[in-house]
Amino acid sequence: MAKVIVVTSGKGGVGKTTSSAAIGTGLAMSGAKTVIIDFDIGLRNLDLIMGCERRVVYDLINVINGEANLQQALVKDKRSSDLYIMPASQTRNKDALTKEGVEKVIHDLKADGFEYIICDSPAGIEQGAMMALYFADEAVVTTNPEVSSVRDSDRITGMLSSKSYRSEQQLTPVKVHLLITRYCPERVEKEEMLSIDDIDDLLGIDLLGVIPESQDVLNASNLGEPIILNQECDAGKAYQDAVDRLMGIERDLRFVTYEKKSFLSRIFGG
Amino acid sequence: MGLLQYFRQEKPKKGSAKLAKDRLQIIVAHEHSSAARPAYLPEMQKEIVAVIRKYMEISSNDVKCEFTDKADDDISVLEVNVALPKQHTPF
Ligand SMILES: Nc1ncnc2c1ncn2[C@@H]1O[C@H](COP(=O)(O)OP(=O)(O)OP(=O)(O)O)[C@@H](O)[C@H]1O
Ligand SMILES: [Mg+2]
Repeated sequence: MAKVIVVTSGKGGVGKTTSSAAIGTGLAMSGAKTVIIDFDIGLRNLDLIMGCERRVVYDLINVINGEANLQQALVKDKRSSDLYIMPASQTRNKDALTKEGVEKVIHDLKADGFEYIICDSPAGIEQGAMMALYFADEAVVTTNPEVSSVRDSDRITGMLSSKSYRSEQQLTPVKVHLLITRYCPERVEKEEMLSIDDIDDLLGIDLLGVIPESQDVLNASNLGEPIILNQECDAGKAYQDAVDRLMGIERDLRFVTYEKKSFLSRIFGG
Repeated sequence: MGLLQYFRQEKPKKGSAKLAKDRLQIIVAHEHSSAARPAYLPEMQKEIVAVIRKYMEISSNDVKCEFTDKADDDISVLEVNVALPKQHTPF
C-alpha cells in the first residue's frame, strides 16, 4: 500500500525541507519507489537541497492545470533510481493548489507505482500547508527545541486530527510522528534548551527521531546532497535511524547525550 | 581557555528551559480547551444569564462557561461558574 507522508511544522525554518530530502532519499535507498513533492508554491527549495534545480522544467501546478503530465514534471534523482522530485511552481499563486488537483496528482502517482509520497509542507497554516497535509496517511511533525516551534507543532497536530481527509471521513487518524531537529545535548545538559522528555510531555506524539544541530547540514545543502547521504556525520546517521524507524525497524536513540570534555582537554582547548 | 579563567568561571546559572516548559504547558492546555470549545457556548451562556436574571440581578459577565476535553478520561467537562454579587437583591 502506498503511503502519503507529510513533513510539516507550522513554524518556518525548522528543517522540513532538509528532513523531506533526507527521509525521501533514505526510503528510496531501501528500494521503495519514492517521490518528494514540494508544496512550497512560490518559494521552491527542495530542488536546491536535492541538487536537481537545473533539471526542473515543469512543476506541480503545471500538472494540476493540465499543462504538463506527471512524467514531464517528475525530476529523476541522479543518485537513486527509485527517487523522483516534483518541484513547486516558482511563479504561481498558492490558490492554484486545489484539493481536487492535489487528489488527482496523488492518485496518479499511486497508480504509477509510487510506494512513498513525501509532501514537503510550506510553513504556516494556509492553503499550501493545508493541501500538503490533507491527504496524508502519516505525518512527520518537525520541531525545534524552542517555545514557538513546540507551540506551532501542537497547533499543526490539531489540524492533522481535524482538518485532514482522514479526520473528515472518520477513517483511522493520521499517524503522527515527532521529529526533533537542531537538538543540542550540551545546551540541554545546561538546562538552556527544552529536552526530548520536555517536548514529549508537551506534545504527546510518538518520537520518530532526534537530529542533532550540525554544521554538516549547511554543507550538504551547499553541495545539493541530502544530509542522509553523508553517513560519516551524526546528523546523517540520525536521519538514517529515523528512516529505519519509519519502516518499522527498531533503533536506539543516538547523539542525544552530552559527553563532557575532560578537565584537561577543557584547559588545553581540546 | 586559560587555567585562571577556568577556575574563575561562575557556576553555570540554572537555565531557562524549565520556564519555557512551564509556559508552554499553560498555553498548550489553554489552546486545547479553546479548540474543543463547542460553537454554542456563547449562546448558552447568554441563556443561562437570562434565566438567573429572572431571580436576581447579575451582569452578563458573572456567568462563566468553560468546556474542557479530558482526552485521558474519555469525558468532557462543562463548567458553569456563577459569581453572585455580595448583596444580591432578590426581587
Ligand atoms: N540539524 C540541523 N543542524 C543545523 N542546521 C540545520 C539543521 N536542520 C536544518 N538546518 C538549517 O536550518 C535552515 C532551515 O532548514 P529548512 O529549509 O530545511 O527548513 P524548512 O522548515 O523547510 O523552512 P521553510 O519553513 O522556510 O520551508 C537551513 O539553513 C538548514 O541548513
Ligand atoms: Mg522548506
